[in-house]
Amino acid sequence: MSGVDPKQELRIVGFLCNWCSYGGADTAGVSRFKQPTDLRIIRVPCSGRVDPLFVVKALINGADGVLVSGCHPRDCHYSDGNFYARRRLEMLKRLLSFLGIDNRRFHYTWISASEGARWQQTVKDFTEVIHKLGPLNIKREA
Amino acid sequence: MSMEMLREVVKKVLNEVDVVIGYTEGFDKIHATPLFINTHEQVEKLIWSPICVHNLTTYLPSLKKKVGVIVKGCDSRTLVQYMQEGLINRENIKIIGIPCSGVISVKRLIKAVDHANIEDISFEKDGKINVKTEKGDKTIMLSDVMPDKCKTCQYPTPVVYDHLVGEPISSDKPKESVYGDIVEFDKMTLGDKLNYWLKEFDRCIRCYACRNACPMCICQDSCIAETREPHWISQRLTTQEKLMFHMIHAVHLAGRCVECGECERVCPMGIPVNKLKRKINMDMKDLFDYEPGINPDDKPPMYTFNVDELKIKEHKIG
Repeated sequence: MSGVDPKQELRIVGFLCNWCSYGGADTAGVSRFKQPTDLRIIRVPCSGRVDPLFVVKALINGADGVLVSGCHPRDCHYSDGNFYARRRLEMLKRLLSFLGIDNRRFHYTWISASEGARWQQTVKDFTEVIHKLGPLNIKREA
Repeated sequence: MSMEMLREVVKKVLNEVDVVIGYTEGFDKIHATPLFINTHEQVEKLIWSPICVHNLTTYLPSLKKKVGVIVKGCDSRTLVQYMQEGLINRENIKIIGIPCSGVISVKRLIKAVDHANIEDISFEKDGKINVKTEKGDKTIMLSDVMPDKCKTCQYPTPVVYDHLVGEPISSDKPKESVYGDIVEFDKMTLGDKLNYWLKEFDRCIRCYACRNACPMCICQDSCIAETREPHWISQRLTTQEKLMFHMIHAVHLAGRCVECGECERVCPMGIPVNKLKRKINMDMKDLFDYEPGINPDDKPPMYTFNVDELKIKEHKIG
């Protein structure tokens, strides 16, 4: 994966909860924090809405990385959505490397609506990791 | 265990229920087939031997009757899992448990006799199998033609039953051996693992036999592998679609798979489909100290949560 142009944009999908992380990303935008542009955000009502299969489907169908972010544990708008999400996503994180997909390509975290700077840092760091790993190509080598 | 004892118990249970599900001879000597017993005469057709491979509990969630069912140790775990998830009413089920010292894998048996036509087969108590084929007689050890699940079986005696036919057996296999192959496999490099799965799943013909045989696949006609709305996977014949299907099956069984091995047994292409599910089970054991199908009062780990998860640490990026 060495021949990757660092300027080449990769595909990163982000699933953000409406109440915290989506607000956090908005805060980062309103504050004009500079961020890499590889991330495409999908807004979901709650991190508990994120089926682990969303992540699998994204990775199999061309995404190079997937980021899931929700409210901090105990802060869920629906009181316990992110507790369920945490269990599911941890299960998936462990399963991906068994499947042969580097589990650094998938990250889940908790960011609140006020943490614009933290959002910026997360996007920066995650994008950097994905660029280091290069494009994910799920095809059988001959 | 004697056949007379089993027949007697089945007759007794038959008085209390509408139907008893057991095994009978199939189309040849090495295949058994499920038998639905409604009358006392049918009890004579009943058989019990290591060719009784099926997990008969699969029928229970959709049967709205009082049912008696014959189970091996591994099958009984399905019943416990059904109870945990509220899929069966325990009062409507009479469980006839049989301690089991292993069944055959038909594929492995056929291989062991070089695909010769098997005319007759008999099983001895010490694990010897006498096979009469068109090319002569052969004696095989049961342990050589067992499916993998029997080689590390921890529950030879059913974990739940109303009637136990035969003496309880305790497992002589070390507990660590259960996920030994998974740990070994996980040591391979990422590239090798991905190529392994792509090679295996490339053979998948998407017959969905693994899903249909799976006792824990209870969505029936609403399975997202076939719905158009949402359209999870298409009809395209690519490895990616096949991989996606198997991931759906694995993730939907997260913390629910009782490792009965039916998916692997029925796969016409010999794909090790149970491996992904066993990997998740290994993680569930590690994360939540949970083993599916053991205690009816447990809750499947994905159906619940702890506010403070002791074993789940926050991940750093990269």
